[in-house]
Amino acid sequence: MARTRDQMAARAARELRDGFYVNLGIGIPTLVANYIPPSISVTLQSENGMLGMGPFPFEGEEDPDLINAGKQTITELPQTSFFSSADSFGMIRGGHIDLSILGAMQVAENGDLANWMIPGKMVKGMGGAMDLVAGVNRVVVVMEHEARGEPKLLRECTLPLTGQRCADLVITDLGVFTLARKGEPRMVLIELAEGVSLEEIMAKTQARFEVSLGQQVDA
Amino acid sequence: MQKVYSTAAQALAGQLRDGMSIMSGGFGLCGIPQALIDAVRLSGARELTVISNNAGVDGVGLGTLLETRQIRKMISSYVGENKLFAQQFLSGELELEFNPQGTLAERIRAGGAGIPAFFTKTGVGTIIAEGKPVQEFDGELYVMERGLVADIALVHAWKGDHEGNLVYRKTARNFNPVMATAGRLTIAEVEHLVETGEIDADGIHTPGIFVSRIVHVPDAEKHIEQRTTRSRLEENA
Repeated sequence: MARTRDQMAARAARELRDGFYVNLGIGIPTLVANYIPPSISVTLQSENGMLGMGPFPFEGEEDPDLINAGKQTITELPQTSFFSSADSFGMIRGGHIDLSILGAMQVAENGDLANWMIPGKMVKGMGGAMDLVAGVNRVVVVMEHEARGEPKLLRECTLPLTGQRCADLVITDLGVFTLARKGEPRMVLIELAEGVSLEEIMAKTQARFEVSLGQQVDA
Repeated sequence: MQKVYSTAAQALAGQLRDGMSIMSGGFGLCGIPQALIDAVRLSGARELTVISNNAGVDGVGLGTLLETRQIRKMISSYVGENKLFAQQFLSGELELEFNPQGTLAERIRAGGAGIPAFFTKTGVGTIIAEGKPVQEFDGELYVMERGLVADIALVHAWKGDHEGNLVYRKTARNFNPVMATAGRLTIAEVEHLVETGEIDADGIHTPGIFVSRIVHVPDAEKHIEQRTTRSRLEENA
């Protein structure tokens, strides 16, 4: 059985460590906030200019001046701070954010990532994605393994890049892969989702990868 | 010198002309200078280059200047919420320059601080870096980006005094403080206009030197793009 969106988010949450400052992208990455283990303390950054994001507000308590990068109403916490977008991206570009979890359209075996533009379609813009993949210390991609039957893990990205050699880990509905940002490209399958066979992953992956399932844990 | 004007239209009077560049603060519809945008609309100034993270939505924010076809070019990081934008862009009426959000913020910060260019690793190896100088520092590649200034910067603040000292509220701060520094003429609309001295000098976000004109907008209309909530019942269960 392939992982559901929530199971993928729960798996991504296992990449969090106590004391981490984390930026979560829109979509499945946002769900990761629901799976932060209660035993650790994680501070969520929102790139529009907020550190210490709280949960959604109770009905009737929405504040138009308090939104996240997905333009959703949110709340603040006792430790919250607000700052300008320039300071916010100073944090991101300056390597002060420990982990970024985001979605992707394509990831290549060398860690190249594409998630902002499909030529020929109306382009909405990259927002903060290029800054996040270039600046954050560790980049975890959460995405479906395929898009309409086409592989998304490729030898080379065919879409315009968001960043070069910037993905450290890819979590799909079928498995988990590590990637190398420096040196020789090296993609390694480290986990299979429960009930997913190696043959299925091989059939649905264009990128070349090694297999090292020693630490396999099902989410 | 009197910085306070009684209406947004008066604050902008005589300052707008066709073809000028305007920075407009805000992220999505949060912290946008709606009253000043409305005054730009009424002025009829055309062929504008507008620098703003987003382009508003249909009928709100910069979306209203798209309706009147006053914008010739946008410099933005994300414009996905606006159907009219897509139409005008695809028909070739509207020019668009995408900047990564952090690069846009830093270009404005640099422009306001008198820095004509800087190097960033954002966008290296992507189409954003095409045609721009790329240089290696300490073994990593960086792309050169230019500082950005505008003829006029329009910002929205929560509180301001007669000197132009400004305080923003929560995430409505976003691009407003950097844009306030990068306008040749900066005009601020403030929800609360207070006497000089009332704002704690240690808590001022934008010092008044950056602000030339102020207008009081006590009943600023605010919009929510994505109203997300949790239920009290579930929370108590």
